[in-house]
Amino acid sequence: MKFISEAADKRIPCYRVLSDDGYPIAGSRFEQVDKETAVKMYKSMVTLQIMDNIFYEAQRQGRISFYLTSTGEEAINIATAAALTSDDVILPQYREPGILLWRGFTLQEFANQCFGNSADYGKGKQMPIHYGSNKHNFFTISSPIATQLPQAAGVAYSLKMDKKEACVVAFTGDGGTSEGDFHAGLNFAAVMDAPVLFICRNNGWAISTPISEQFRSDGVVVKGQAYGIRSIRVDGNDALAVYNTIRAAREMVIHEQKPVLVEALSYRVGHHSTSDDSTKYRPVDEIEHWKTARNPLARFRKWVHKNGWWTDDEESELRGSIRKQLLNAIQVAEKMEKPVLAEMFSDVYDDLPSNLHEQEKSLRETIKRHRQDYPTDVPV
Amino acid sequence: MLRIAGNKLGARGFTSPFLKPAGLTLRSYSSSAKQMTVREALNSALDEEMSADHNVFLMGEEVGEYQGAYKVSKGLMQKFGPQRVVDTPITEAGFTGIGVGAAFYGLRPVVEFMTFNFAMQAMDHIINSAAKTNYMSSGNINVPIVFRGPNGAAAGVGAQHSQCYAAWYGSCPGLKVLVPYSSEDARGLLKAAIRDPDPVVFLENELLYGEAFPVSAEVFDSGFCIPIGKAKIEREGKHVTITSFSKMVGFSLKAAEILAKDGIDAEVINLRSIRPLDRTTINASVRKTNRLVTVEEGFPQHGVGAEICTSIVEDSFGYLDAPVERIAGADVPMPYAANLERMALPQVEDIVRAAKRACYRSLPAAATA
Repeated sequence: MKFISEAADKRIPCYRVLSDDGYPIAGSRFEQVDKETAVKMYKSMVTLQIMDNIFYEAQRQGRISFYLTSTGEEAINIATAAALTSDDVILPQYREPGILLWRGFTLQEFANQCFGNSADYGKGKQMPIHYGSNKHNFFTISSPIATQLPQAAGVAYSLKMDKKEACVVAFTGDGGTSEGDFHAGLNFAAVMDAPVLFICRNNGWAISTPISEQFRSDGVVVKGQAYGIRSIRVDGNDALAVYNTIRAAREMVIHEQKPVLVEALSYRVGHHSTSDDSTKYRPVDEIEHWKTARNPLARFRKWVHKNGWWTDDEESELRGSIRKQLLNAIQVAEKMEKPVLAEMFSDVYDDLPSNLHEQEKSLRETIKRHRQDYPTDVPV
Repeated sequence: MLRIAGNKLGARGFTSPFLKPAGLTLRSYSSSAKQMTVREALNSALDEEMSADHNVFLMGEEVGEYQGAYKVSKGLMQKFGPQRVVDTPITEAGFTGIGVGAAFYGLRPVVEFMTFNFAMQAMDHIINSAAKTNYMSSGNINVPIVFRGPNGAAAGVGAQHSQCYAAWYGSCPGLKVLVPYSSEDARGLLKAAIRDPDPVVFLENELLYGEAFPVSAEVFDSGFCIPIGKAKIEREGKHVTITSFSKMVGFSLKAAEILAKDGIDAEVINLRSIRPLDRTTINASVRKTNRLVTVEEGFPQHGVGAEICTSIVEDSFGYLDAPVERIAGADVPMPYAANLERMALPQVEDIVRAAKRACYRSLPAAATA
């Protein structure tokens, strides 16, 4: 009679390519990334970082109602996006706007969604940062945690029939792995041989809950085997390691038609969202450490710089330019009209039902009668 | 609660008088009036819709190998294969999420719940993932999914197997909610539901599965469909309107027969659809009869009857000659003991008494003791 221990002698090791100084680690195998891809990756990480800063400030100034940053997880965002193709279907949690950014979503489109104006693809019906875009194969973000995991198995079930060289990529955080849907999603995907790449961004915190209180297992990677799913742990702050891991995992998912689980270790540098102040539950010097010494941008920049692919001048020029574009995008988005009244009633169903038709009519009559009580900046 | 399906069905499958083998149909009448059970109606509707559209597939616990917990999907896995009739592990939250995800990406799933009581474990997916997604993605992601299964009380199954969810789902924009009564309803509405681009909650009734109804020839046609959102006047009358749905339609019709003997001519409306509610038909009826009795099995507070009453007050107040009477289940979790269960559910006598009260023809309480 032999019980399997609750904890292995050693924790599952973590795949890394670059040291903190940006030097390739001896003995670490990786696929080389060309200059064009590397520079695009770095520039996108910078763009994401600045975008987060500026939109966060905009919320603080009261110009948008809510924002949520991906600070500290830029490598996971961009390197993953670079390793996938545009045909891969993304089911995000909410800390993955970098995927959209990589695929061509413009700063203006991000701003439009945050301001909920008439150019927003969501027509002002979702709160800020809940982006969605059919043309970028990025499902509209939905707030309840981990619901996208069993949905991903369902999407993959449908995608299999298309017989494309593509897979479904579903994200969750460390906190999301506690939801019942995590169990159902992974278990099902395994049983159904669904081509889903599950990526868990283990950033150490679920609002104020640290991972020590989230699970007793050795992180998330060990849960894969419990479902019969191949898994790997990667240093989420090492852009090259993430890139290589996702490329390899994606190959397996598509050619073997089975799910794979990737746990990317990182740290949530920012607060959970603009509704949170994380200094209330974690030490400020811990945040500072991960913001500076363990910064994913700095690490990748050192490597790109050493290869002679990036200079300090280009750095400051890029940062200045992005900042200007963002401030401009915000100004434009802010001034733009809000969606028209009719959009309040559209898309509840495929066709407008008679009761909503009546409600809209009744609302319009009320507005006509009491024009002075109705805000002037909302178009009828 | 025992989640071993064999045990669960075993407890009821051999003792319930309502489970008939699906192959047996009552064809003892003349050839002009054909009979069809509700189970056959649902089975044939699923069969035809799955044949017509390869994107339609069925998923749920026991739907495949076991032929369906209530045999509604009998023969379907043999005909269409395990890719289109999918037996799921036991996780309502899980397989509802998967169904919704499949619908997001172009398939047309029919998700079966063994009972809507268990669907509560999937409530987040039904409401937050299915009902709201078309709106929250502003039409970019639509969800052509059908959630179906038995709803409401059966016989002797206790509180966690007997609740009626019509009012819960009926309050949620983004969903369509259907409540078939007869075989014609079951067939026509299920076909309409499967073809509909929006998420539909299809509330069946376990005790009706084995009941046979006469059906006209057109019902057998594979194109037969009933429009969603239209109620049916099962029995025309002029003295009082009785609205009902699902099993209560049968009770209301029986009540109408008893009332007729006392000279009260009741109009019985089969709602067929909780959302959208056919307020036009109900209001037109009450404007004709001037009296209303709403009947439902579910809990009274915030129920379907409450909504119908408000609709009449809003649109036809001047036509009412008496206060609206509301018949509903008792405001208690369903008791198990047979005598208590009977008292917790509306019976035909309750409907008769309510109609008489609405017509100012009731006896004082002491006389009925």
